[in-house]
Amino acid sequence: MEFDPLLLARLQFAFTISVHIIFPAFSIGSSAYVATLLVLWRRTGSEHFHRLARFWTKIFAVSFAMGVVSGIPMSYELGTNWSRYSEVVGNVIGPLIGYEVLTAFFLEATFLGVMLFGWKRVPPWLHVTSAVLVAFGTMVSGFWILSANSWMQTPTGHVVRDGIAYPVSWLQIIFNPSFPYRFAHMMTAAYLTTSAVVLAVGARYTLVGAYPEEARTMMRMGLGMVALLAPTQLVLGDLHGLNTLHHQPAKIAAIEAHWEDQRPADLVLFALPDQKGERNRLEIAVPYLGSIILTHSLNGRVPTLKDLPAEDRPRVAIVFFAFRIMVGIGLILIAIGTVGAWLWWRRKLFETKWFLRPVGYAWPLGFVAILAGWVMTESGRQPYVAYGILRTAEAASPVSGATVASSLVAFVLVYSVVFSIGVYYIRKLIRGGPKGAAAAAPPSPSEALPNRPLGVAQSGTRESRAERPVI
Amino acid sequence: MSGVELSGGAFWLPFACAAVVVLAVALYVVLDGFDLGIGILFPFFPREADRDRMMNSVAPFWDGNETWLVLGGNGLFVAFPIAYAIIMPALYVPLIAMLLALVFRGVAFEFRWVAKPHHRKWDIAFAAGSTVAALMQGAMLGGLLHGIHVEKGHFAGGPFDWLTPFSAMCGVGLLIGYALLGACWLVMKTTGDLEHQARRFAVPLLAGLVALIALVSIWTPLEHPFVARRWFTWPNLLYLSPVPLITAVLVVMCWHGVRGHHSTQAFYSAVSLFVVSFVGLIISMYPYLVPTSVTFRQAAASLESQTFLFVGTCILIPFILGYTVFVYYTFRGKLREGEGYH
Repeated sequence: MEFDPLLLARLQFAFTISVHIIFPAFSIGSSAYVATLLVLWRRTGSEHFHRLARFWTKIFAVSFAMGVVSGIPMSYELGTNWSRYSEVVGNVIGPLIGYEVLTAFFLEATFLGVMLFGWKRVPPWLHVTSAVLVAFGTMVSGFWILSANSWMQTPTGHVVRDGIAYPVSWLQIIFNPSFPYRFAHMMTAAYLTTSAVVLAVGARYTLVGAYPEEARTMMRMGLGMVALLAPTQLVLGDLHGLNTLHHQPAKIAAIEAHWEDQRPADLVLFALPDQKGERNRLEIAVPYLGSIILTHSLNGRVPTLKDLPAEDRPRVAIVFFAFRIMVGIGLILIAIGTVGAWLWWRRKLFETKWFLRPVGYAWPLGFVAILAGWVMTESGRQPYVAYGILRTAEAASPVSGATVASSLVAFVLVYSVVFSIGVYYIRKLIRGGPKGAAAAAPPSPSEALPNRPLGVAQSGTRESRAERPVI
Repeated sequence: MSGVELSGGAFWLPFACAAVVVLAVALYVVLDGFDLGIGILFPFFPREADRDRMMNSVAPFWDGNETWLVLGGNGLFVAFPIAYAIIMPALYVPLIAMLLALVFRGVAFEFRWVAKPHHRKWDIAFAAGSTVAALMQGAMLGGLLHGIHVEKGHFAGGPFDWLTPFSAMCGVGLLIGYALLGACWLVMKTTGDLEHQARRFAVPLLAGLVALIALVSIWTPLEHPFVARRWFTWPNLLYLSPVPLITAVLVVMCWHGVRGHHSTQAFYSAVSLFVVSFVGLIISMYPYLVPTSVTFRQAAASLESQTFLFVGTCILIPFILGYTVFVYYTFRGKLREGEGYH
């Protein structure tokens, strides 16, 4: 049996990076959440912030470890499966990833040690500072990796000699045209996704009356962020889209499934794009709306797929549906934020079961939207891996299909086992609840908890036998 | 004027970047070496309390230690993309095996505590992951030293070219070396029975490592005439004679450290032994990145790329080393039974 090494290498990259991105996205959000809780604890002295910080630190630690171990293979995969890519764009992309390692990875990894194990070893201010540095490190990491990815989408600041890209201006390379939008959009996605998780956990505890003080704090903080960030994300996404319209019109044409030139352009709500037939089946479209959204005018021209020869077009159906999944989830999150804020204002947030129940299941929404968004943007720049410089088909390594196939099978097996168990453990930690908090509402004075920081600290971050699960 | 400066930079920058990559790999081998050594020794310490303490003793450091592996791989990618594009496909199989082994090893640090009391599978994952990673790293070194089949600047060999008796021996050598580092770390960081046991294991490990260093030192010059010329011609023979002499002194110091009552001497001697062996390898291999086909000058990235990375490295590495030292200082001293850092 013959294996196509290119297809297998693409599958392997898609699989490994899709599994990977879930964890850094959550680590960016949860490290910031833990740092916020610790700062609030130091400022207010309120013990429930401390309990929440310890609780989320455990969850963050498990997620962070999975992010680290799933990230290291990525940096080597560029060589094993994509050595032509490394030769052609290595001069430009390499230093950006190098700066990510030097400015972010070491910072995160080193202060993570203090953050996880320094509760009693270092003074509280230093511990809080370490948590803030870890959260900052995750942002810096995002900065560089999104800069590298954005350069592959909208390359600037380089010259190509003999088929190899050479850097000319590092500022233009780092701050390439799509980078500010992609960076803002992805960071917001990470914080929004984590806020939805925090809100969902708070809602689940509230439904069964567990850890009432902590649950309400989680719900307020999570909901506040969702109400704020979900609409912001819509605006950022629109700006990002207009930037893409300018630099990668083919991607927009695929998102909109626009084959023919029409003025005014329809907005296609639903269709089954037919790549071979160069048309849509079962199309439902709204007249004028395509022109209005993309050009902000009634009669503006929207790029079409037929502007490009067939071999230069991305796979329309993937881009089209991934975009709709992402936007659909964005709208659900805006709805959750709006309804939740209204209930909060009416002082019915913690009693409204019809709201709490579905929100308790909302935790995966952000992750699905992030994956859909990345599928959309990465598929939408095909057939190029570095837009206009290198085609994906020409980027692979001179290795046999059988080699790539066996490593793909190994990755799928190992990741499926390890990361499923990891997610199960996170669930177990969440079911165990914040340690030292009263499990049932409301805590009576006889159940008073140790108020001294040391007393709580002695209960340990690591004692793991979950007490009676409450949810 | 600028032309002169350019040729100056073009001359020493590849050298400086090679030094950065070598430093990162050396730090990785030493630092993650003792972490992996703890995992390799896990099966020989069946008591749960001992295992808790062994894992706790490295838990605050492992992630930072493993980051040097990323810097080493990335440094090669950035500074020497041509070598990277040859070495990675050539060492495909052991590299993937190592990365997957490190997945098991890495998650075990967190999963083991969450899984308790059902943590046995993560004990196994930690031990097996560490062992396989060490074996594969040694085999990759052996495969690289042995040489890679290159045609027209691309890897042109088969997927199992790296697997030779020599690379198998290097794998076992590194496994034993890491286990020695791990044992000496336990001598330094623990007390009581655990420390006593670690001292007992360190003696045969040291003997095994010495034997394998000797074997590699004989085998490499036999296989590569240029290595033999480097070491065994006059006056190199004189200039390079400190390398085996220092090695011998360090072996004796390590042995004394293990047998005596010092807590730190064994560990620092073992680390120095690794560093000297590493220096010996560099002396053998210079100026090749891929032995006998690609030198570090041939593989160099564009001057702009190397400059950009090198400037950043010079500024940032001192900070990184600074806070790395801070974390080691924070979690200094011996860890007694039942005590965690938490």
